[in-house]
Amino acid sequence: MSSVGVTSAEADAVRDAVAARLFAGRSRRLRWRERVFAALLFVSLAIGIVSLATLLVTMIVRGAPRLDLRLIENFPSSTPSLAGAQSAIFGTIWIISIVALTVVPVGIGAAIYLEEYADRSRWWNRLIELNIQNLAAVPSIVYGILGLAFFARGPLGLGPTVLAAALTLSLLVLPIVTIAGREAIRAVPDSIRQASLALGATKWQTIRRQVLPAAVPGIATGSILALSRAIGEAAPLTMLGALTFVQFNPDGPLSAFTALPIQIFAWISRPQEEFRTLAAAAIVVLLALLLMMNAAAIWIRDRSRQRW
Amino acid sequence: MRWGERFVVALLFVCGALSVATTVGIVVALAIPAIEFFRAVDLFDFLTGTNWSPLFADAHFGVLPLVVATLVTTFWALVVCIPFGLGAAIYLSEYAPDRARRVLKPVLEILAGIPTVVYGFFALVFVTPLLRDIWFLPGDPPSTFNALAAGLVMGVMILPTVASVSEDAMSAVPRGLREGAYALGATRMQVSTRVVVPAALSGIVASFVLGISRAVGETMIVLIAAGNQPNLTLDPTKPMQTMTAFIASAGIGDLPTGSIGYKTIFAVGATLFVMTFFMNLASARLVRRFREAYE
Repeated sequence: MSSVGVTSAEADAVRDAVAARLFAGRSRRLRWRERVFAALLFVSLAIGIVSLATLLVTMIVRGAPRLDLRLIENFPSSTPSLAGAQSAIFGTIWIISIVALTVVPVGIGAAIYLEEYADRSRWWNRLIELNIQNLAAVPSIVYGILGLAFFARGPLGLGPTVLAAALTLSLLVLPIVTIAGREAIRAVPDSIRQASLALGATKWQTIRRQVLPAAVPGIATGSILALSRAIGEAAPLTMLGALTFVQFNPDGPLSAFTALPIQIFAWISRPQEEFRTLAAAAIVVLLALLLMMNAAAIWIRDRSRQRW
Repeated sequence: MRWGERFVVALLFVCGALSVATTVGIVVALAIPAIEFFRAVDLFDFLTGTNWSPLFADAHFGVLPLVVATLVTTFWALVVCIPFGLGAAIYLSEYAPDRARRVLKPVLEILAGIPTVVYGFFALVFVTPLLRDIWFLPGDPPSTFNALAAGLVMGVMILPTVASVSEDAMSAVPRGLREGAYALGATRMQVSTRVVVPAALSGIVASFVLGISRAVGETMIVLIAAGNQPNLTLDPTKPMQTMTAFIASAGIGDLPTGSIGYKTIFAVGATLFVMTFFMNLASARLVRRFREAYE
């Protein structure tokens, strides 16, 4: 920051005052252009926010007639008034639990390796780094193809099971956890590491007892966001042969399954209006869950913003 | 180094290397069935054919209708997300007061976190009926399933990504550049459009390319709202099937392993992967060319 002894608020005030003075002498046309430009920028942002509000209101209004206990107590049915999403809700819980168990340790491990151990002059470490960036931009349906070829059929041959879905989604969100974990670890100042090493701790002891605890909020935020992405993904699951008419809850990782987004998609695809109402109601449940997770992530991030 | 430490490092390396294994897995998973596919179907016919009906008895494997549909939906997504994403980024970075920014950014993040199946439903039950009601252009109003509504909603979905990546790039422009321009008597609009945007151009272009790659790879919105029937046309009011929508519907169809229909999934998937891969490469190039370093 170049301005010495001036807070940014003061600098802003001075700048605005100067601008206002200069502005007063401008031609009318320029003043109008300024105003129109500012209005257009505001409209740009408003489009996003109005869309969000419209979307939420549409879902709540359309789903309201079916937002009742039948939704979580009943199983899918061809009679709309009897249909519910219990097997889908349990399927999603099973999948997300397994995703969390696999992706959080592996993602943190990769983040620790890249930040603390990897020697960037080695080509393989640069390859890993570049590769993670690229994987984050691969379309989710392509991960579905990977899961189809390796997990559901092919080498693992798990079939259309909870485990195949969980492994596919784990690979999909792994780059998110890794990238967030790296940022959190990088934000821990070096002085902490040096103090620990100076007291005779080994490198791994330093990481485990000093660096990781300090990085927990950042890692938690990234992990929650990654899991909320995994909960909403439907495209990769369509590739694995997820069923949409599952009349039982999964009883283990090798059980057949359906999941909330897949169940919603199946209901949307039905021609009857009652099933669309049901889809909207299930969407409200899904969005409520995701909003809570997002709020938790934002809350953790804001509360724990540590100043070193 | 202690033995235990060495073991830990090895374990952590495996975690990192898993990402490379994933990429190799994707390439192998796509390439092997795709090569088998191209033994049965001529590559040139695949890329230039205008008729896509791989699952019919009289099968045709011309991928152009799928590619054109992908480009049409992507185009309409960009019409929304590029101008409005950039506008929102400029507003957040140059115009919004601090407190407004602290509220607005999380709202945009929520928009980015909504599942695409929800956006698809929104396009189908809200945007399409709205377009049909207010249609004033010559020609028929959009059909129940159409590429236009899917593309526009996709644009709204991508808007937060474009806005947040561009805004990060603009925030990184040093304050001194802005102050210098203000001192010379520039207005806020002039500072935004002639100083900040050019200085942040590399990040802004990267956000556009990221947006394009998201639009090309998006599946559920087009699967639900764009009609899912192959149709070689540029008219966005008509139903279409994109590459991703074909892959997903073939996946839902649960085709027997080894059949020609099963292999088309991988041929189209490989085409999609190659397109997004080169786009990401192009974005890296562009970023390097436009990069201006301040230090």
